[in-house]
Amino acid sequence: MIPFPLNLESLLGKPLMYLVFLMIGFLFGYVLETSGFNHSPSLAAQFYFRDLRVFKVFFTAIVVGMLLIFLSSAVGLLDYNLIWVNPTYLWSGIVGGLIMGAGFILGGFCPGTSLVALATLKVDGIFFVLGGLVGVSLFGETVDYFKYFFNGSYYGRLTLMDVFNLPAGIIVILVTLMAVFMLWGGEQLEKIYGKKDPAKAPKARYYGAGVLVAFSLLVAIIGQPTTADRWSRLEPLRASAIENREIYIHPGELLDSMHDHKLNLLMIDIRDEADYNLFHLLDAEHIPPEEIPGRIDEFIAQPANTVFVLMGNDETKATEVWKTLTAQSVPNVYILSGGINNWLDTFATPFEDEFCGKVVEVEDDELHYTFEAALGSNCPAAYPDHEKYHFDYEPKIKLELKRAPVGGGCG
Amino acid sequence: MPEKKSTQPEKITLKNLFSRPSQPYANPYLGGVLLGLVLFASYFITGNGLGASGGLSRYAAFIEDLIAPGHVDQVPYLIHMAGGQLNPLDSWIVMVTTGVLIGGFTSGIIHGRTKLETHKGPNISKQTRWLFAFLGGILFTYGARMARGCTSGQALSGGATLSAGSWVVMFAIFGGAYALAYFVRKLWI
Repeated sequence: MIPFPLNLESLLGKPLMYLVFLMIGFLFGYVLETSGFNHSPSLAAQFYFRDLRVFKVFFTAIVVGMLLIFLSSAVGLLDYNLIWVNPTYLWSGIVGGLIMGAGFILGGFCPGTSLVALATLKVDGIFFVLGGLVGVSLFGETVDYFKYFFNGSYYGRLTLMDVFNLPAGIIVILVTLMAVFMLWGGEQLEKIYGKKDPAKAPKARYYGAGVLVAFSLLVAIIGQPTTADRWSRLEPLRASAIENREIYIHPGELLDSMHDHKLNLLMIDIRDEADYNLFHLLDAEHIPPEEIPGRIDEFIAQPANTVFVLMGNDETKATEVWKTLTAQSVPNVYILSGGINNWLDTFATPFEDEFCGKVVEVEDDELHYTFEAALGSNCPAAYPDHEKYHFDYEPKIKLELKRAPVGGGCG
Repeated sequence: MPEKKSTQPEKITLKNLFSRPSQPYANPYLGGVLLGLVLFASYFITGNGLGASGGLSRYAAFIEDLIAPGHVDQVPYLIHMAGGQLNPLDSWIVMVTTGVLIGGFTSGIIHGRTKLETHKGPNISKQTRWLFAFLGGILFTYGARMARGCTSGQALSGGATLSAGSWVVMFAIFGGAYALAYFVRKLWI
């Protein structure tokens, strides 16, 4: 298993978890102050190319943070699937960003820097924070007038890798080179508009830039772990769950789960479309195995009480999909024991006995029943009467604690 | 800029706590590396990035809940933070924000930069600076709520995790500020 990020709440409890966040905030505030982010004329001067201090701190931080995140992910220390990547809302992001830009040049701060200015008793910072509290409240009062705009143009967890269809390593190199170029260009602009002499800055910054580029190449050379890499790391821990059948749930447990309102049950039918159209469980979604990798982010973003149940005609293909999902850190994935064939054996009613004949001379992973029409979820067996069935089974579903954050620093 | 600069820091005593000579700020590239390390540590340990406007909005919700709890329960945007029995301050981002205040204060004290003063451009009065800081604060956080994050939560954190939307927000922030800068240059230069 990939060890980081940690599940702090279950590891330390809430008070200590909050202490960790307080410490991170402390370091954040300390570095912001040390870098001069409480000095509004410096923050504003970057927009006149006179002093690009803030611009330099900012882009250096992004590149250093990015390189360490993707390097630790490449070597299998950090699970990129489990860290919060801001979802993309295109148009509200653009308009909100432009409004922020206006607030930036008029007010001379952004929220983080204004807090540091307030903490160091800068009166302009205090006024900015007061304005900020008003702005937040104003937003709460007015967002209902444009909630379709606010919630529209949603693309989910969209990364630059998805947009440009390039591997993470290449994007990391490109971003690093772009940042180095921008920092170099910034120094040239400072020379022209700010009358600053770049020759006076420490030479070490050139070595620093070299180190950053070297690290980005390293990230690209190692590459990000594939599903197969992730599974091979996980196999010693989780292969026994398959052997001991810990992940295969009895049809009765699935039926009970359908009626358990504490669970957010997502049934995923991975069979081909023809079989799905002939018969499927009520509310089961049809997702063929090849479409599963594209849905991982969405599955991880589901609430903590979500249980995924995979179903094929038998168990073979479902087990492969289970490996993919588990390797990609989707929690609480189970498989319907015996697949749809076992489900029909268990729940066939006189209706199915009359209209769907059982056939025996087929492969295990084919549907063992013939249907006279594509009934979908319209047969009684698609949604058995919960009151009528009682099974003695060994319950398998145990909710794992969720590690992935459900919201970023903006909620 | 701070008036007096000193390389030999004056010893901290209670009397000169807010009046020691200011030391110069750190080299920006060094600051950037340190900020990048903090950002990485946050993602590595907790899975979350840094943020500021989220904490600010919870403080605002807390204040509103003190003044008008009935009102809070009617505004959908506030309900999920402060509705009913919910304590809007019971969130990790509030801890980060509070830590920012303490950390900023501490660094300011150590470097002699925590002192009551107003930074402004040379051609405007303090009062004008305060007014525009207040207006800028309203605009910035309004935009930050709309874009679901500010320079910290979107541009910095989302930038480092390569979120496409965050890069769009980042360019919009800088684009907006650069586009307007010329017209309000009297405020700063």
